Amino acid sequence: MALAGPPDGSDLADALRKRPLRRPGENLIVVALVLCAAVSIATTFAIIYVLFSDAIGFFREISFWHFFNPGNEWQTLFDPRSFGVWELVLGTVNVTLWSMVIALPLGLAAAVYLSEYAHVQTRRFLKPLLELLAGVPTVVYAYFALTFISDDVLLPLLGGNVSFFNSLSASIMLGVMILPIIASVSEDAMASVPRDLREAAYGLGATRLEVAFRVVFPAAISGIMAAILLAIARVIGETMIVAVAAGSTPNLSLSPLESIQTMTGYMLQVALGDAARGTTDYTSLFAVGALLFLMTFVLNVAAQIIVRRFREAYE
Amino acid sequence: MSAAETTTQAAVTLQAEGSVARRQTWSRASRWILLVATLLGLVVLVILGIDNAIVGIPSLDWDFLSNYPSRFAERAGIRSSILGSVWVLVFTVILAIPVAVGAAVWMEEFAPQNAILTTVRLNIANLAGVPSIIYGILGLAVFVRLMELGPSILAGALTLALMILPMTVITSVEAISQVPPSIREGSLALGATRWQTVWNHVLPGAMPGILTGTILAVARAAGETAALIMIGAFTFIAFDPSLSFGGLFDSFTTLPIQVYNWTIRPQPEFRANAAAGIIVLMVAVIGLNALALVVRDRLRRN
Repeated sequence: MALAGPPDGSDLADALRKRPLRRPGENLIVVALVLCAAVSIATTFAIIYVLFSDAIGFFREISFWHFFNPGNEWQTLFDPRSFGVWELVLGTVNVTLWSMVIALPLGLAAAVYLSEYAHVQTRRFLKPLLELLAGVPTVVYAYFALTFISDDVLLPLLGGNVSFFNSLSASIMLGVMILPIIASVSEDAMASVPRDLREAAYGLGATRLEVAFRVVFPAAISGIMAAILLAIARVIGETMIVAVAAGSTPNLSLSPLESIQTMTGYMLQVALGDAARGTTDYTSLFAVGALLFLMTFVLNVAAQIIVRRFREAYE
Repeated sequence: MSAAETTTQAAVTLQAEGSVARRQTWSRASRWILLVATLLGLVVLVILGIDNAIVGIPSLDWDFLSNYPSRFAERAGIRSSILGSVWVLVFTVILAIPVAVGAAVWMEEFAPQNAILTTVRLNIANLAGVPSIIYGILGLAVFVRLMELGPSILAGALTLALMILPMTVITSVEAISQVPPSIREGSLALGATRWQTVWNHVLPGAMPGILTGTILAVARAAGETAALIMIGAFTFIAFDPSLSFGGLFDSFTTLPIQVYNWTIRPQPEFRANAAAGIIVLMVAVIGLNALALVVRDRLRRN
């Protein structure tokens, strides 16, 4: 390969990679390093095996059609029991919808401000502060959602229209939690829009606002889409906030004022009870877990594909 | 285009009129509207923090820090949950960091550039997006049940170690890739082997980034609740974990789990306990985040 022409950086790196290890012990070190990397592959296989082997046990007792039939309730506490997962899925959709209603405008506004308006110094100061919102332990948000948002604000404000456990209090805190994800990933996308585009627009007399929303925003749209998908994946996987504040009543409703239960909320409920191993209660945990895993997996892969495609477009 | 025409005119007179004036006003106003939107999330957090401090600070005394949990709110404390948190986190770091750095070194310095490396990369990116409760299920099935560790400190640490592994690998890879190739080339040219180059030059150069990533991962693990409840750590603990090998197999509780416990109790007295626990937890998490920033800045300057 090196003979084909003057070696560039990658050829050199390749040549060095093939350089023999001159001390015999070093082979062992490399084997150890490979094993470290193999741990991550093993983790993925273990997750898939654990989830799906017990989920198969669940589907031996409850038919696939029963599980996915939108007409069935999710009612596992007393007979006749029924495992219609749509009530849990819709609970997850409910909090996702309302948290995005809160986080999307604020997160995108923050991304535009940081990328197009803020001074470098301001950005260096504001970005870590904003990212702290994603670092707050979710149990803290859960407590805030239940005691401050629901008990101190929503109940006095809305009175009998809102139940004590409600999707809105959870969604507000979820929205705050995912703000930095939307802001940060979108800001990265906007920052990588070439300067020429902005300068051309300014040259034509556009104002800063017009450049931000008519030039940079559309040019960064795929990165923004990826940010939204990642944020949705975070919301549907979040457990503590919804388990504490959104309630534990499976409910086919998209209303923010009602008590609902999400997929993760149900999983935590099973973990807190003592479902004996092998019972349908226990295996239902894995069936719901497998569905949750598939949903987050699809969202994450879609986000990665979009990010890769948009990077190629400008570089 | 009419926009171009009017702007030329604006530049000459310096005082825009009509639609141009309106556009400029909007543009100027948008700066402040967007700034307010940017700060809104932080403002909510600050208000909640102040509100929480008012509720929690009266309960925050030495008794609260040194007492075991109790049925009586005024006697309940966070001794066993703080010790449990520290213990689990120490073992999480011991288990996760060497593996994460090892994986990152292999990916950056030794791996052949082929489909295997791409697969490992994609796999780690996907693992980083797996919800923590799924890691909890994994821990329950593998460590608690299959390996029969029970809901022990070791099972908790293994579960959290797997959970923080992807993010520490990603930050370590980033740190290693930022070490300039000239440093490697210089070392190799002087006859050092590849491992000597990595150990003596690449890893020291990547240290600030690896350390920052580690501290942030610890902050994340310190606040984790759902995964530990999944493995069965939602228990009443009124003893200190033993400082011995056998202590690894003791059951435990952590500070976030204790906060959760107090949050879901119907009796209002426990609300102040939860608020006080949150103050301790937030001081730890913000402290770790600040430490990460300081470490990165200081080591980078050297």
